[in-house]
Amino acid sequence: MLLEVRDLHVEFRTRDGVAKAVNGVTYSVDAGETLAVLGESGSGKSVTAQAVMGILDMPPGKITGGEILFQGKDLLKLKEDERRKVRGAEMAMIFQDALSSLNPVLTVGDQLGEMFVVHRGMSKKDAKLKAVELMDRVRIPAAKERVGQYPHQFSGGMRQRIMIAMALALEPALIIADEPTTALDVTVQAQVMDLLAELQRELNMGLILITHDLGVVADVADKIAVMYAGRIVERAPVHDIYKAPAHPYTKGLLESIPRLDQKGQELYAIKGLPPNLMAIPPGCAFNPRCPRAQDICRTEVPPLAEVTVDEGPGTVPSRPGAEALSRLSPPTDNGAGRQSACHFWKETLRDA
Amino acid sequence: MPELTKEIADAHPTPTAEPILEVRGLVKHFPLTQGILFKKQIGAVKAVDGVDFDLGAGETLGIVGESGCGKSTVAKLLVNLEQPTAGEIRYKGEDITKLSARALKAVRRNIQMVFQDPYTSLNPRMTVGDIIGEPYEIHPEVAPKGSRRQKVQELLDVVGLNPEYINRYPHQFSGGQRQRIGIARGLALRPEIIVADEPVSALDVSVQAQVVNLLEKLQDEFGLSYVFIAHDLSIVRHISDRVGVMYLGRIVEIGSDRQIYEHPTHPYTQALLSAVPVPDPDARLHRERIILSGDVPSPANPPSGCRFRTRCWKAQERCELEVPELAVPAVFRLEGGPAAHPSACHFAEEKQVVPETDET
Repeated sequence: MLLEVRDLHVEFRTRDGVAKAVNGVTYSVDAGETLAVLGESGSGKSVTAQAVMGILDMPPGKITGGEILFQGKDLLKLKEDERRKVRGAEMAMIFQDALSSLNPVLTVGDQLGEMFVVHRGMSKKDAKLKAVELMDRVRIPAAKERVGQYPHQFSGGMRQRIMIAMALALEPALIIADEPTTALDVTVQAQVMDLLAELQRELNMGLILITHDLGVVADVADKIAVMYAGRIVERAPVHDIYKAPAHPYTKGLLESIPRLDQKGQELYAIKGLPPNLMAIPPGCAFNPRCPRAQDICRTEVPPLAEVTVDEGPGTVPSRPGAEALSRLSPPTDNGAGRQSACHFWKETLRDA
Repeated sequence: MPELTKEIADAHPTPTAEPILEVRGLVKHFPLTQGILFKKQIGAVKAVDGVDFDLGAGETLGIVGESGCGKSTVAKLLVNLEQPTAGEIRYKGEDITKLSARALKAVRRNIQMVFQDPYTSLNPRMTVGDIIGEPYEIHPEVAPKGSRRQKVQELLDVVGLNPEYINRYPHQFSGGQRQRIGIARGLALRPEIIVADEPVSALDVSVQAQVVNLLEKLQDEFGLSYVFIAHDLSIVRHISDRVGVMYLGRIVEIGSDRQIYEHPTHPYTQALLSAVPVPDPDARLHRERIILSGDVPSPANPPSGCRFRTRCWKAQERCELEVPELAVPAVFRLEGGPAAHPSACHFAEEKQVVPETDET
């Protein structure tokens, strides 16, 4: 396993109180695999990624528990200078907003070349050649001429390509892409996602894709982790989750997106708002918004339980979907089984 | 019943109801100048360059396009936040671009706007009551001074907020709630038309659905007409009766939602639709995607002829020389059917890019 995050806890200590941003997240990515982390703003998906990268602002942030195993070693136990060697060279991050992530007063070539100067000790001249090579690789036209330009001279899609080039510079084993296409138009989004997928295949990298867009996820992910209020509420291979979600939150999310190929009447809307992280509701954090909530949901935190589609004779009524489901995705063992943190996942699955 | 209405909508690509707003040849150029003291115009950003459409009473017209296509400028022109360079905007037959300030004020009451970003479009120093009540300061004839507070509370109730929140400040609300405040402000003067510029783009998926449902509910309740501008094609389909697709300052294709989404004839529309991620992993395998190369050209120096030709896979010499008109293409004119709707392409042809609607 390339990366394993185990029972990670992160909190932010602020003047107003302690915000529990991540409350026991466990996920893993293998080489060549794409894990999509899905969630609304404030669900802790970006904070988890920042903790993995080691770029969490501490303080106010604080990792209060858990381990992050990368190629077998626990990153949280490394010294800062050892960590720095991993960051950039072994794992890299693509940020959402390319314009504010690039330095406006340095040329694109300088910023790309910096990776080689810092990590590989190259001369500036060689680094520049490498930068041109990288820009070619992410298909920026006229790379040789454009290497001396500044970020503002590039369009949004081109800037995002430069971010990708920078992340790829040292051919890391793992890439974390935090909402890489949210700020882009659909036509450009398709270009960028295609490029990312192609490079991932070529270099056999692990990819963690953080997003709130269920459409993008369906196109590229192998497995999905859905986060809510700092916890993973459902984890499944990509085909299963869209066919039959096993958590009411996932179900609500899927039903609340308008579809291009369907003109529905009223959209299903999850009522209420995401919880305040300083006062997460007791029991299941989703219970105040859940249509299925019972007394047990308000008192007991549901564990991330294994979901099995075939419950033996009699328990699951034969659904047309169930058959297709098991045919499309043969049971995979490498931790990619289905899990749902809901007391009533069986009922949810049956209704789907 | 739904079948019947669909039939009618297809027969009339232009709105069936009497148009409440007619836009003809709308142009907005922003001058590019050089020099400090003697500003010399050296060119113009052609943000909007000849746009025509009608908006029927009680109808929702969706406008989609990539960033920089001029859709937001159209919105600003409609509510008169910008003066058009040329063209007409007729509200109930009257050209509002040439009205005197006083007459304009009366018209403006009827055309209101909801802005994109609920975080910056509300004044942080004003309470919700002041924000929603501000339109009454400008148009005191709508609500006499004594009744304003009550009116504001009614509005809060209408948009699904607790009327007791009237003395709170914008920062005490979440994004979705703020957008509701923006909508309440837009409704304050009981307008007939609401121009919504990307009203849900800044919101989370689950909250987005709440706001879209609210907009639909309000339309039924108050008989509003919407111009709904967005870059998210799925949302536009959901809410719109008719859809116009914009590219570099022009409308390239316009028609009913079914005509545009199921029978697009303009290559840009087809590319745009095929690029939208579909939330269905099985679609990965059998979906054909058209991936456009390059970026949108600069509106300061648009390509000659058809503006889309630089990114179009069908482009030929004719596209370079002749500007295609926004009209029903000759091929489909006789045939009729859902493909016969205005499309500005010399080589318009049908291509299905969105999987057929399954009526389940």
